[in-house]
Amino acid sequence: MLLLGSDMQAIWLTVKLASIVTVILLLVGTPIAWWLVRSCSWWKGPIGAVVALPLVLPPSVLGFYMLLAMGPDGPIGHLTRTLGVGPLPFTFGGLVIASVFYSLPFMVQPLQNAFEAIGDRPLEAAATLGASPLDAFFSVVLPLARPGFLTAGVLTFAHTVGEFGVVLMIGGNLPGITRVVSVQIYDHVEALEYGQAHRLAAVMLIFAFLVLLALYAWRPDAKKG
Amino acid sequence: METIEARFHVDWPGFLLDVDCVLPDRGVTALFGHSGSGKTTLLRCIAGLERARQGFLSFKGEIWQDDTTWRPTHKRPLGYVFQEASLFPHLTALGNLRYGIRRVTTEHKVSLDQAVELLGIGHLLDRKADRLSGGERQRVAIARALAVSPRLLLMDEPLAALDLKRKQEILPYLERLHDELEIPVLYVSHSPDEVARLADHLVAMEDGRIVASGPLVETLARIDLPIRLGEDIGVVLDAVVGERDEAWHLARMDFQGGSLWTRDMGAATGSRMRVRVLARDVSLTRELQVQTSIQNLLPARVSAIADDEHPGLALVRIQVGASVLIARLAKRAVAALELSPGQEVWAQVKTVTLLE
Repeated sequence: MLLLGSDMQAIWLTVKLASIVTVILLLVGTPIAWWLVRSCSWWKGPIGAVVALPLVLPPSVLGFYMLLAMGPDGPIGHLTRTLGVGPLPFTFGGLVIASVFYSLPFMVQPLQNAFEAIGDRPLEAAATLGASPLDAFFSVVLPLARPGFLTAGVLTFAHTVGEFGVVLMIGGNLPGITRVVSVQIYDHVEALEYGQAHRLAAVMLIFAFLVLLALYAWRPDAKKG
Repeated sequence: METIEARFHVDWPGFLLDVDCVLPDRGVTALFGHSGSGKTTLLRCIAGLERARQGFLSFKGEIWQDDTTWRPTHKRPLGYVFQEASLFPHLTALGNLRYGIRRVTTEHKVSLDQAVELLGIGHLLDRKADRLSGGERQRVAIARALAVSPRLLLMDEPLAALDLKRKQEILPYLERLHDELEIPVLYVSHSPDEVARLADHLVAMEDGRIVASGPLVETLARIDLPIRLGEDIGVVLDAVVGERDEAWHLARMDFQGGSLWTRDMGAATGSRMRVRVLARDVSLTRELQVQTSIQNLLPARVSAIADDEHPGLALVRIQVGASVLIARLAKRAVAALELSPGQEVWAQVKTVTLLE
């Protein structure tokens, strides 16, 4: 076996984290993206900017604020205490929540582009054929935006796999709970276990390449040109 | 009340729509005007795709919009054909038709088969939208709008995006629609030719206002129509093929008050035809000209004279029996012939266009 048990554990944890975050973001990001495209509200600008923040903010800054928010005096910390849930920092749950914020733009922006590309006309056509707005969303928008959902899902998953700064801030480095692959590699390097670091890094490299390959190869309009 | 009553006031930057009209609930009503005249916006307001802040709309006594009521588009029993077909690209032609049929809550008056047959799209049903030609796509779109059994069919320049050949391909289907279905149609167009072929009622629009409204034949026969038609000024006559002269390949079109010879296009004797006579093809003489190449000479009486757009031209409205023709003449000719209302003249008609 080329990979250690702890490496396998880190990979499993990473996959679990990225899968959960992707599913949550599909559910949360879709309405946000839809609202950003359809709304005429004044809030559109500020909300759009907040969603995009993680793109430009250093992960450690985001992680730092998340840590404060989840701490005993932070708003999320207050909430979890009232709900009777334990404190979130240094738990898998905390990591999931932080990752959701961190990867939000990677879900929302491709969806936003996909929704914008669809335009008003298919929705108007659906309305004249008797479809309510919700009906039209599921029967017309979702199928038409499928490539966008694929891109958004893959990007979110891959981006969550690749996070490091936020994990260190929120999750720390607890084996089986918060020690994901990127942290595990860091540990190997710190301990001068370059061989182990190499193998795990290679897994990540191949994963990243395959993800991007899939993304570019599956793009349905790539063929038509 | 078996009519459509619409009042809309829309005031957008650089665009004004201010209409108050009663539209007939049968036949084809053309909303005619140049681009930017507000005809499409009026149609979209009627469909509920646009919401005029001040508006009132009742359809055969049902209120669709007033100060307190707003019936959203998907709850209005209408069919809508967009300028571009706007088929759902993820569905086949049949899938597109079924999309609407599945959501019909009222009685199915038009069946899927009927819509497919009427538009001649039986062989296209399995194809995705992007495997159809422009004309085929528009036919599927029209069938899709019909298949929801609409009580009102709205068509927004359904032919404008197509080239002449595709237009010719679809026009016969639209004429069948007109003849075979009893659904009131509001048809937006900027093409006088389409209007002359399809409409029963004409609503002319300019700068967001309705400038003329009435039965097609009467409205086109007005010489004071406050809308620029340019070379397209002319009248439409309902005629019957009275006789066919096979030796000379001519056909005689009988209308109320006279008859006109035209090229024989193969229509059987007795069939009804719509005939268009453009003002530029009508000239007037005081005496009957015998030595002339013009085949159609009709005794007529001048009923009115008005200025045309060009300062050198006049429009002369003449009565031929119970029908009306319009002649476009140089003002100098009007003066030379000393034309005035009541004057007996001979109308020479050079070209007649058959529309059906």
